Parts: sequence; structure tokens; C-alpha cells
Amino acid sequence: MKGYIAKRTGQMLLVVFLLSIFIFLLVSMIPGDPVYAMLGEEVSQEEYDRVFHELKLDQPVIVRYFSWLADALRGDLGESTQFHMKTSEVLASRIPITLFFSIAAFIISVPFGILFGVISAVNRGKPLDTVVTLIANVTACLPQFWFALLIMFVFAMKLGWLPSYGFDWPWVNSMGWKQMIMPLFCLSLGGIASTTRQTRSSMLEVIRQDYIRTARSKGIANNKVIYLHALKNALIPVITILGMRLGNLIAGSMFVESVFNIPGMGSLMVKAIQSRDIPVVQACVLAIALVSCLVNLATDILYAVVDPRVRFE
Amino acid sequence: MKDTKNIKKFFKTVFARKVTIINAIIVLLFIFLALFAPFVAPYDPDKPDFAAFLQMPSTAHFLGTDNFGRDVLSRIIYGTRVSLIIGVLAVVVACAIGTVLGMIAGYFGGWIDDLITRLMEAVRAVPQIILAMALTAVFGSGIKNLAIILGISSMAGYVRMMRGQVLTIKQADYIMAGKLQGNKDFRLMFRHILPNSISPIIVMMTQQVGSTILAEAGLSFLGLGISAPTASWGSMVSEGRNYLMDNPVFALIPGVCVAILVISLNMLGDGVRDALDPRLRGEA
Repeated sequence: MKGYIAKRTGQMLLVVFLLSIFIFLLVSMIPGDPVYAMLGEEVSQEEYDRVFHELKLDQPVIVRYFSWLADALRGDLGESTQFHMKTSEVLASRIPITLFFSIAAFIISVPFGILFGVISAVNRGKPLDTVVTLIANVTACLPQFWFALLIMFVFAMKLGWLPSYGFDWPWVNSMGWKQMIMPLFCLSLGGIASTTRQTRSSMLEVIRQDYIRTARSKGIANNKVIYLHALKNALIPVITILGMRLGNLIAGSMFVESVFNIPGMGSLMVKAIQSRDIPVVQACVLAIALVSCLVNLATDILYAVVDPRVRFE
Repeated sequence: MKDTKNIKKFFKTVFARKVTIINAIIVLLFIFLALFAPFVAPYDPDKPDFAAFLQMPSTAHFLGTDNFGRDVLSRIIYGTRVSLIIGVLAVVVACAIGTVLGMIAGYFGGWIDDLITRLMEAVRAVPQIILAMALTAVFGSGIKNLAIILGISSMAGYVRMMRGQVLTIKQADYIMAGKLQGNKDFRLMFRHILPNSISPIIVMMTQQVGSTILAEAGLSFLGLGISAPTASWGSMVSEGRNYLMDNPVFALIPGVCVAILVISLNMLGDGVRDALDPRLRGEA
């Protein structure tokens, strides 16, 4: 097991290293002059020289990469060109908000998804299965931004039950709880749909195995067979999908944050892209990639814990 | 002869289910709208009419008008073009690059395989939409750029699938025989391995068009994709969100179109997958 964890961690570090090269190269990939691209054509010569030097464009690429990497490892990812602050300071207040929404939506969507998936698989072919599968399939295809707008229109603008946008931590503003309901619902829904689909198909695969038939023929109660024998095995492939889900939830929060005007990383990244604030874009991509890699590593280890065969592959 | 027989059999299996037929008709309808937009659309999609802005649906404007007085229905019809063109082009780009890289990785093995596999792991570590956003920051948007960006950000799946295919096919006797005959590597790869792994590629392509259209709509909604005045569904939702109280149809119907097209494409993709995979025939 230790060997497996060491191997996977090594692979993850390699992936992070490759990603860091890609993220660094984002600046060099800008067509034309990167300084003009970041600051606009009407920049003064002094300002141009300052940024040119700051981006270390007067040095070779390799030197630039390693000095960028050394700075990044110290948490210094350069200065935001739109806020004129360190990118780490810009990100510090935003990362917790995005992580909060992603993790909360994850915690909500997993149990519901598994529950609906099992219900659907157990009732295979019956109307209940058809309804659950249909809803899950349709929900998985809905554009998240559109759905967010739809519920905002209905529950905030038409019915006036919930505040239409904004975000405050509940301990700062008591309205915070109400502000969270719609974004969380919207984010969780996609997660519930895909977990339902995955659990259903994995459950159907397991139910037809011989050992389930054996358990049934021994006269074990149906519920016991389903929840004790089948579900335990059916959840193994679901775990791999769950790792990806958290990454997708972070990506999904881009849209939800944009619709509900939540000051998280998503809205920051959109603003940074529109104003070509490349250091902030780099920092956002790096942060999201790091979280995804760590989650993937955690899922792989969890996977090896529940399915010992994986360790020996 | 045998090929046409197989193709006939394939279509027969695909369209054996009513659901697949319905979805195919819906997709064809969208393709028709995209192709014949100038003849179908009642108005010029880009022509503003300041005497008639933000009107609710009426007989003159079936879905009302937007904040510039442009006809929403006409803009939706023209928006079909953007969605379909980007959806299909991006999938072609992803498939072309991904298949070749996957084939090279699987065929040659060794350090080439390691390098490509690790690179693709790195690409997959970043969620598709984030990667696409980062690339639009650098290269800008527009139909051509978006197709390439969305293609690049979704190619990792093809690499992985194709690599797996090659690893299996490589073991087959006919590949060994081809090698012994003195065939060049690239000839073996493109003439023998590629045609034998065509069906999972087709399945993956049909299933990816939908998600690519969804991604394009998302980017356009965020203001990073197709921008004004070109009509695209995502940017229409984005423009319309500020006028939900005046004409909710303006923001909401383009989103419905995205959903219907994506659902139909995905279900059609599932139909194709089931028809090509005999184990899945007759299952939900």
C-alpha cells in the first residue's frame, strides 16, 4: 500500500510539474507583444519597460520559468494588472468561497445521487426507474447558467422568496443562509444527476453477478442483498467518478458565481480574462489544477483501499 | 458489397428504437435550421429596431424582441449555426489530434507513451471549461479559435481511448503478419489499426458534440466565447438576463434550445453506441 501511495504521489507531482510549465507558458503563448496585450497599446514607455522587466522578458525562457516557479512555490504569482495587488492577496478571500460552494454541493449531491441511483436500479424497467432516469438524463444536459437564471427568475424575481444575488458569510450577515440556497441547489443538481446515472449503471452491473444470485438463493432478504452485498461493490467505480465530480463542481461554480454575483474564484477568473490580467488567470488555473490533482490522488488512494486489486496492477 | 450491407444493418439497429428516431429528427431539424437560416428566419437577426425593443411575444415577433429591438426568434435560428459549427468542428479537432497522439503512444510505447500519457494526465487535471477559459484569455475567441480551443481541451479522452484500442489490436496476428511483410509503422497504424478502432471513435464523437455545444454556450454566456453582434445561444442568455422582467423569453428560450439540442444529441449518441456494441443491445 505504501509503495502504491508513493508511486501515485510521484506521478501527481510530475503532472503538477507539467502543468506548471503549461501555466507559465500561457504568457509566452499570447500572440504579439505580451506587454501590449496585458496593458493595451497606449502604455507609456516607462510603464512598458517596467512590466517588460517585471515579466523578465529580457531573459531566456528557461531562466524565466525557474524564477517564476521559485516565486510560485513561495506563494508569489506576480502582481495583478487590474487590481495592482499581489495575486495571492486577490485570491486569498476568493478561494474559500468557491471551495465552500463546491464542497457543500459535493456533500449534498453524493448521498442523494447514490440513493436515487439505487432506487432506479432496484426498480429497473418500472415507471419509477423511467422517471428517475429521465430526470437525471435531462438534468445532466441542462446548461447550468441557464438553470441558475431560471430559478433566480422564479424564486427571487417572481415569488420574492429568496434574495436574487450576493454572498455573505452567515456569521457576517444573517441573510447569508438565504443567499446560499439557490446557488447550492443549482450546483448540487448536476452532481446528483451524474452520481445517479453512475450508481444506477454500476448497480445494474453488480446485481446480475453470480454472488448476488447466490445470496438471493440462500434466502437473504432483498434489502439486505441490495444494501449490504450489492451496493458495497457497486460503489467502487462510483468513487472514481466522485473525484472528477469535485473538479466539475469547481468548474460549475464559475457559472453559478457569475449568475448570483458571488465574489468567488469563478467571477474573478472571468474578470481577469476579460481584462487580460494574465497573472491572475495563471494563479486561478494553478489553484484549481492543484485542488483537482489532490482530489484525484485522494480518490486513487481511496480506490486502492476499497479495491485491493488496484494496488497490484 | 459487404460494407453497404453492414451500414444498412447498422442503421436498422440504430433506428430500431423509437426514442432514437425522435432524437434524430430533432437533431436534423436543428441542422435544417442552421443550413437554411436565411430562408427560415422571419427577420434579419442583426438589424436593430429601436421602435420595438424588449417587446413581449406577439404575432409580429413570435418570441418578442431583445434590447436592441432585434427579433429573438431570428437570432435563435441563426444561433443554431454557431452552436452546431463549433460543436462539430471542435469534436473533429479533438478527434484528429487525440486519435493520432493516442495511436502513437500505444503503438510505440516506451518513453513516447510515458510522455504523452503524462501530458494528457496534466491536461485532464484541469476541468475542461477552465482550460478553455485560460486558452481564450490567450488566444481570444471567435468561431475558429473556440473550435480549436474546445477541441484541444477535450482531446485527452480520445488519446486515452485510442491508446487502449491500439494496445489490444497490436497483439493481433494480422498486425504481426503485416510487420513481417515489411510494412512501415505509419502504414500499419493508419491502414490497419485505425480502421479497426473506428467504432469507438465514432461513438465518442457523437457523444461529445453535445458536451462541446454546452461548453461553447457556457463560454459565450460568461462573455468569453462568441460576442455581439453575432447571435449565439449562450450570449443571448447573457444579454437577456438583465431584462428578465421585460421579456423573460429573450433569456430563457435560447437556454431551452441548448438543452433540447444537447439532450437529443446525447440520446442519439447513446443509440449509436448501443448499436455498435452488441453487448448493450436491448438494454436501457
